[in-house]
Amino acid sequence: MSGYASQIAAILIVNIVAAYSAYMPLACGQLNLGIAGFMAIGAYTSAVLSNHGFALEVSILCGACASTIAGFAVSLPVLRARGIYLTIATLAFSEVVAAVLLNLHVVGAASGFVVADHMSVVPMFVTMLIVLAVVGWLSSTRFGLCMTAVRNDGRGAAVFGVKVRRVEVAALTIGAGFAGVAGALYAHHFNYLEAQHFNVLLSTYALLYALLGGLQTPFGPLIGAVVFTLVPEILRSTDQWRYVGFGICIILLMLLRPEGLLTKRLIHELRFRRRPA
Amino acid sequence: MLAQQVVNGLLLGGIYALVALAFSLTIGILNFLNFSIPALFMLGGVVSCAMLAKGYSIAVSIAIALVVTGAVSLVIERFTFRWLKNVDSHIPLVSSLGFLILFENLVVIYFGSDAVGYPSPFGGASIRLAGVLVSLPQLASFAISLLLIVGCYFVVTRTKLGRGLRSIAESPDISGMLGVDVGRTVSGMYLISGLLAGMGGALFGISYLQVSWDMGSEVALKGISAMVLGGMGNIWGALLGALIIAIVEVLTISYVSSEAVNVIVYGVLLGLILVMPNGLLGDRAVLIERM
Repeated sequence: MSGYASQIAAILIVNIVAAYSAYMPLACGQLNLGIAGFMAIGAYTSAVLSNHGFALEVSILCGACASTIAGFAVSLPVLRARGIYLTIATLAFSEVVAAVLLNLHVVGAASGFVVADHMSVVPMFVTMLIVLAVVGWLSSTRFGLCMTAVRNDGRGAAVFGVKVRRVEVAALTIGAGFAGVAGALYAHHFNYLEAQHFNVLLSTYALLYALLGGLQTPFGPLIGAVVFTLVPEILRSTDQWRYVGFGICIILLMLLRPEGLLTKRLIHELRFRRRPA
Repeated sequence: MLAQQVVNGLLLGGIYALVALAFSLTIGILNFLNFSIPALFMLGGVVSCAMLAKGYSIAVSIAIALVVTGAVSLVIERFTFRWLKNVDSHIPLVSSLGFLILFENLVVIYFGSDAVGYPSPFGGASIRLAGVLVSLPQLASFAISLLLIVGCYFVVTRTKLGRGLRSIAESPDISGMLGVDVGRTVSGMYLISGLLAGMGGALFGISYLQVSWDMGSEVALKGISAMVLGGMGNIWGALLGALIIAIVEVLTISYVSSEAVNVIVYGVLLGLILVMPNGLLGDRAVLIERM
């Protein structure tokens, strides 16, 4: 694989995992704008560990654990706040994490942090497959059904005995864990971390991938991340105009397909057409 | 020294208050975090800057900038509210993010990605009041901000439009049934918040003599913090929160370090949401209903 192609593949893999970290809370109706913060926690934890001589797998796992714990710690009090309050609280959390890292001289502060260990695209791809498998498995369980129920009608789900708060906390925590994985993958492929990279824009893009792909099926974020990472790359020759096009795409897509690109209905129609052939 | 910093903070707070109020209006009435407000703020600054550079007078430049931001805000209303009724509440937020990305990059194309000096006719004129150096453009901006906020208060509490807005905040469906023209009223609200944000951008240019394509994001985050601190949907809360946030920011820069600003400002915001989500002047009953 050429250098350019492998770089794109690495970015794509990180984006896909990040999209799933946005998908988990979204799947039960919570908008988490703090994904960059959780990614930063995963990235810096794993980078510090691998720089101290731990194996790559162990450090990535520990990075994911750290962000999962952070996610749990944040979601317990934060989910008392719902809707717009949760969105702002997670946004504030993410900014605090980035600001603290920017002032922490142990991890390079503003001058950045060099990660010694390198991870190539293939093991990254395998990690992404594991994340996909976990999401696929979760959505086939009772927990996945509960998430959909809470998203569609929280009060109704509560009436039928779903522990709404528990589901929400679990979804946000698992999502935070995925964000940690995405951050750790990013750290070990690009070998250099900057606190400024983990900003609101990064969280926003992760959210956009998940929402544009569609929340109805667990494959939506995958489609969203692939389409909206690769399309700007294909349009690279048009330089700045590609972001303008990206903005227009988002607006039109929300207008024409508010449920995202991949909906249950679309899957159903595709199957239906294939059968007579 | 302390008095000087507090004055600087107060003057900065006027601009934050305009942005906080623009956010607060859309949240208070439609329960929607409008992410296109940073874009409108930036357009206000950049368009008035471009018009000044073309040789128009300051009043004409700001008027043109306000026409542009008002018109853009009405376009955004179509794509985030009018054509998207009865959908999942995340959709308008995503559309408004789309507008933010769209306008920021359009401005990068036409103005470049570097900060541009704002050719203000007033420059950095200043006077000394009781030992405190006060920049005249900043003082004028602060006065204009205060006037706009007071004006906004009267529009919301004393006019037909304001009555419509308050009823929509209770329930859009029922106010529609009772004869409120929901579409026009919400358009009016978008127009007001667009003008507030655009004016904020132009005043920012006049006060700090610099505009850039990404000037909106940082100010918007401070505006959101100010809104939460003051209490969402409360006009005086937006002003109070903005003044506090700005003073804290300026004092942190001068007494701690400029890197510590974000830790403190966003730390306070996070703590507030967790401990007292209704803010200083917020309405507890509204809060419970929304959560």
